[in-house]
Order: sequence, then C-alpha cells, then structure tokens
Amino acid sequence: MAVYPNDHIQKAAAFFTKEIDRLSKRPVRLMEVCGTHTVAIFKAGIRNLLPEQVELVSGPGCPVCVTPSSYLDTAIAYSRQKGVIITTFGDMLRVPGAKSTLSEQRAAGADIRIVYSPLECIDIAKNNPMKKVVFLAVGFETTAPVAAATIIAAENASVKNFFVLSAHKRVPPALKMLLANGDVNVDGFLLPGHVCAITGESPYHFLAEQYHIPAVVTGFSAIDILQAIYTLVKQIETGEALVGNQYKQVVKPEGNPHASRILDQVYGKADAVWRGLGKIANSGLELRSNYTSFDITNDMPIDVPNQPEHSACRCGEVLRGKITPRECLLFGKTCTPEQPVGACMVSVEGTCAAWHRYGTWRWQG
Amino acid sequence: MKDERIQMGHGSGGKLSHDLIADIMLPAFKNPILAEMHDGAKLQIQAAKLAFTTDSFIVKPVFFPGGDIGKLSVCGTVNDLAMTGAVPLYLSVAFILEEGFPVQDLKTIVQSIQTAAAEAGVFIVTGDTKVAERGAVDGIYINTAGIGKIMDDVDITPARVHAGQDIILSGHIGDHAVSVMAERHGITLPQAITSDCAPLNGLVKEMLLAVPQISILRDPTRGGVATILNEIASQAKVGILLKETAIPIRPEVAAVCDMLGFDPLYLANEGKILAFVDSAYSEQLVGVMHQHQYGRDARIIGSVTANNRGSVGLRTTIGGVRLLDMLASDQLPRIC
Repeated sequence: MAVYPNDHIQKAAAFFTKEIDRLSKRPVRLMEVCGTHTVAIFKAGIRNLLPEQVELVSGPGCPVCVTPSSYLDTAIAYSRQKGVIITTFGDMLRVPGAKSTLSEQRAAGADIRIVYSPLECIDIAKNNPMKKVVFLAVGFETTAPVAAATIIAAENASVKNFFVLSAHKRVPPALKMLLANGDVNVDGFLLPGHVCAITGESPYHFLAEQYHIPAVVTGFSAIDILQAIYTLVKQIETGEALVGNQYKQVVKPEGNPHASRILDQVYGKADAVWRGLGKIANSGLELRSNYTSFDITNDMPIDVPNQPEHSACRCGEVLRGKITPRECLLFGKTCTPEQPVGACMVSVEGTCAAWHRYGTWRWQG
Repeated sequence: MKDERIQMGHGSGGKLSHDLIADIMLPAFKNPILAEMHDGAKLQIQAAKLAFTTDSFIVKPVFFPGGDIGKLSVCGTVNDLAMTGAVPLYLSVAFILEEGFPVQDLKTIVQSIQTAAAEAGVFIVTGDTKVAERGAVDGIYINTAGIGKIMDDVDITPARVHAGQDIILSGHIGDHAVSVMAERHGITLPQAITSDCAPLNGLVKEMLLAVPQISILRDPTRGGVATILNEIASQAKVGILLKETAIPIRPEVAAVCDMLGFDPLYLANEGKILAFVDSAYSEQLVGVMHQHQYGRDARIIGSVTANNRGSVGLRTTIGGVRLLDMLASDQLPRIC
C-alpha cells in the first residue's frame, strides 16, 4: 500500500479520477472480487468519483457470505452438544442458519467464544481438558494457513481436544467456474490483495490468457483502488489483457511460500459448496489423512437435517455480480443488518450490508 | 491475608460486611459526609440547577492499560455530569462482587476510585456492597451515581445546535476500546496504546469559562464519535459533515482496526469530548483546550449544515462524501 501525505492523496485521487474519466470511452463493468474492497470502495466514496460508464460490481470474495447455511446448521448442532466449546471469528455469530444463529445459541447458553486468531484455541483447549474445542475454520487462502498452523501447533503440543469444522475455500476456482459458465459479464477484475499475498499472482493468469480479461492485484487504500481501476480502464480501452500487481509491497509474484507450504501440509483440495453458487470443483480445502483426527465430524459424527435456504434470497446473484442488492425483494425490508436473511447482509464485508449502509445516499450541496 | 477472597458473608450486612467497609472503603474515601455513616448522605447544596446521573460499569478485563474498572466508574459519571455543564460534587459507589474475588484486587480498585475522585475534586459520600454467588457475576461490577451543580450562564442543549457551527474533538479516538480489546484477547500492539480514561470536568470548566457560548458537549463513549454525532444530528435536526483528514487517530489504533475490520469512529472513548460552538469562537476554544492536558490534540473536525438534516456525512481523504450512520449492532472482528 502506498503511503502518501493527505494533500498528496487528494492530488493522486484527482489525477486518477480525471484520467479514468478521460480514458473511459465505453461502458465497463469491473468486479471487485474481495469483500474488503467492496467496503473500502464505499467507505472512500469512490463510486461518487467515477464516471457513469464505469460500473463496479461485487464478486464472491466475502468468506462469510459464501458459507452455506448447512455449515451454520452443523456448527449450531455442535454448539448444542454437551462438553463442546465453539470458537469462531466474530462475524460468523450472526450468520443465519436455517432456523437460528450462533448468536442466538450463545444467548440460550451455548459456550461459543470469539477468537481473534485460531491460535487462541490452543490455550482454550488446554484450559478445558474435559471439553472439545471446535474452531469454525472458515475463510479463503488468507486465513486457512493460520488454521493449518494451529493444527500443527496442537499436534506438536499433544493437544487432543482441539478440532476444526472446516469450510475453507479457494478463490481462483470460483472465478474459473463463473467465467466458464458465462455466468458473469465483466470487463476486468480487481483481485484480492490479502489472498494473493499467500497465493501469488499466477493462479489468476488464466483470466488474461484464457478469457482475455485484464485483472489487477490491488491493496485496500482509496488510491490503491483508484489506481487499479485506472489500470484496468486503460487496458480495456487499448484492448490489452494482463494480470498486473499494484500491491507489490505486500504481494510477491510467488506469494508466501512458507504459508503455502503449511497449508499444503495440512490441507488438500476438495470440492466445496458455496452459498448461492453451488458446488465448485476443487474450490475447497479438506484435512489430509494425517490430520483427520482434528476433524470434529470424524470425532463426533452428527446428523444435521438438510434445510433449504430462504427461497426469495438472491445472495447468489449478488455474489455473481448479476444483480445489485437493491434488486432483491428482501433488501432493506425483511433483510436488514439487524435481521439478516442472507449472508451478504451479515458480514461487514458483505455486498448487501455495504449497500444497505452506504447505498445510494448522496450528500446534498 | 495476601490471598484473602470475597466470601458471601462480606455481603451479609454482618461483621464481615462491616469489616470490609471499615477496612477498605472508609479509609480510602475518607470525608466528613461519609464519616457520619448514616443510611444516606446529607448534602448541603446552595440553591442551584443540579445535574444528576448514574451509570453501571462492567469491563473485561477489570485491569487494563491506562486504568481499571474503578477509575472508569468515577470518570464515567464525572464526565456525564461535566457534559451537562455541571461541576461534579458528590458520587455514590455501589459494588457487586463475585464470591471469591481477591480482596487485594478490590483494595487496588478502591484506591483507584479515590485517586480518580481526588483528581476530579468529587467526594464519595455513600455506597453499597453486595456479594453474589460464584458464577453469578464476572468478578466485580460497579455502579456510580453523581450530583453536580450546573455552572451559571451555561445552557448545554441540542436545541442550540445550528448550521454554521464547528464541531471540535478533544483528541485521538479509539484508544480505550483498542487497549481493552488488546488486553482481553492478548493482542500484541505495535506500540503500547493505553486507555484515555480520564476525568474531564477540569477541561470542561476551562472551556466553559472561556467560551460559555458552547451549545453542546458530549463524551463519545459507547458507540463512539459516529453514534453520538448521529444522535445530535437527529435531536437538533441538522446535518453534520466531518472531514476525515481532520479526525485524530493514532496509526497504531488505525492498524489494529484495519486488521480486525473495526471502524475507529464507532469505538468507545473514555476521555474525549465533542463540543459544538459557533465558528466565530471555535479557534479560541481549541486554543483553550490545547492548554489542558486532556485537550492537547483538540481540533475542528467538521461543521453543522442546514441541509441533509438528521444525517452525518464524512468527506473522505479523496474528496468523496459517504454516510456515517448509526451502528446496527456491536462491531465484530471479521474473518479477513
């Protein structure tokens, strides 16, 4: 992330917005894959500064939003088991399962604890030797290596009562599936900086090589994002398609080999179900055979009935950039940040939550 | 004695209760009104407009960098009084203790209460102690109530907020919430961030003596600056436009917030003031605040507008304006 003094930020922003305006001759749709980008774009007021023909749509890059409600139902079922402590990142608490949320279960007496890092779970497990500590392992390539490191740490410390309920996912197969199905119609991608810091750029080369769509790995400051939009618009107008890296201070071409190695040691690729997108081949991570003793579904199998998701919820189309949240009939009515129906409304990184919060509000005058 | 712990009997009203009060509370809070040991404090307050407030304090952990629950419970109530333009005079303190709570910790908290009360110039004149069974309370809860005398010629009310006024913030935001959060979850901060917990009545007094025209004062505690300003925009039926580049946030606090997905504008502060004043007086007021230890980093962070009634906007670093609304629920740490 480039660091500028405030007046330089204003000058740089003015430069990029002017250049985008000058270069952009036709309507373009750019997809920000990552939920953190969605929120950063709203928070910086970037939409207000772009010319009308440059449209930003959100992609499937919020890990909470793509976690299926069946996973929440399973987590809730474990939280009701005697002697189980559920540990989770905070934003999973309010995600609706079919009938309840972890937050409601906690209020009803379940032992559900928020952690800031999975490594905290080791201490919780050591301090509660008679209980099973189950970490809700959710997230993309960004967080999965830490979960893997925690499993290795638990093994090294002979902690036998730490488990994961795994739902880790990989971003590139989801983009591949969306493009292969002709499901998204976008002219360029803003690629997730945090994820690419682990994976490097190469998993995204197919965007340019196979689909001739330009993409830029970008950071999260307003200038990072504006610069990436400028780069994409320039490429689109000249007919180029490259996968670039605007976030070089953080994202190395080869990614983070150490984190990748740990991830690869513990997890192998598997098919996974994404909320709203269905099953995507090789898009998930499952524990390798050496580590299945850490899988709570092995240690304590549990039968959870399969419940359908809310029929009117259109999170799936939102995640594919096919509709804006406002086109969903539930948006702002039965589905609000206080009472979310779909996962896109739950997470602070969710597209619907961002639209609900910042939406089409305009400062007058 | 060193490992002495609170027992149910300490709340029984009998010998143990008596000893707890006589050994710990009375020596710390020593003053003639409390020394009477009556059922209630007898106060002599000359005819005046009074402010009266109460607040309860539950904080985990009880001790955190820059303070503890005792200091917080005094500063919270003193600051609530100060924000009405009152000079805080008397406080009550009520403890709810968990059976097994270390007596040494209670002594430390009581001492901390007295230190904060002394700094604020208030007397603890009455109190109460109850003990709840182990597990019914998380260590210690404290309730404080306070009475203060409203300063002459001062009229602090949202009704006096109007377009053309400036909004002044007394210093960096988010320090308290981040320091407590870091302590609670064992997060190592890049540099020590301590809670800003402090009694603000001294600073408020200086501000009101110099600029009695101040329309409203609020301390942005729970809900942070964004929530308080939304309340004022709604109560006063005005618009508020903040300038992102003017809002003081420590880089360390910004870094932690960035990591966890928190917005510092919604984080609790325990030693900060927001003041609204006509722009003709704002530079003078900032100058006065800079002279006080708790106002050294004061600055104008925005202004009141006639349009966009009920809304708070934030002019971002790159020149856009976004809505700064009320928080739907607690901020929760995000996945990535």
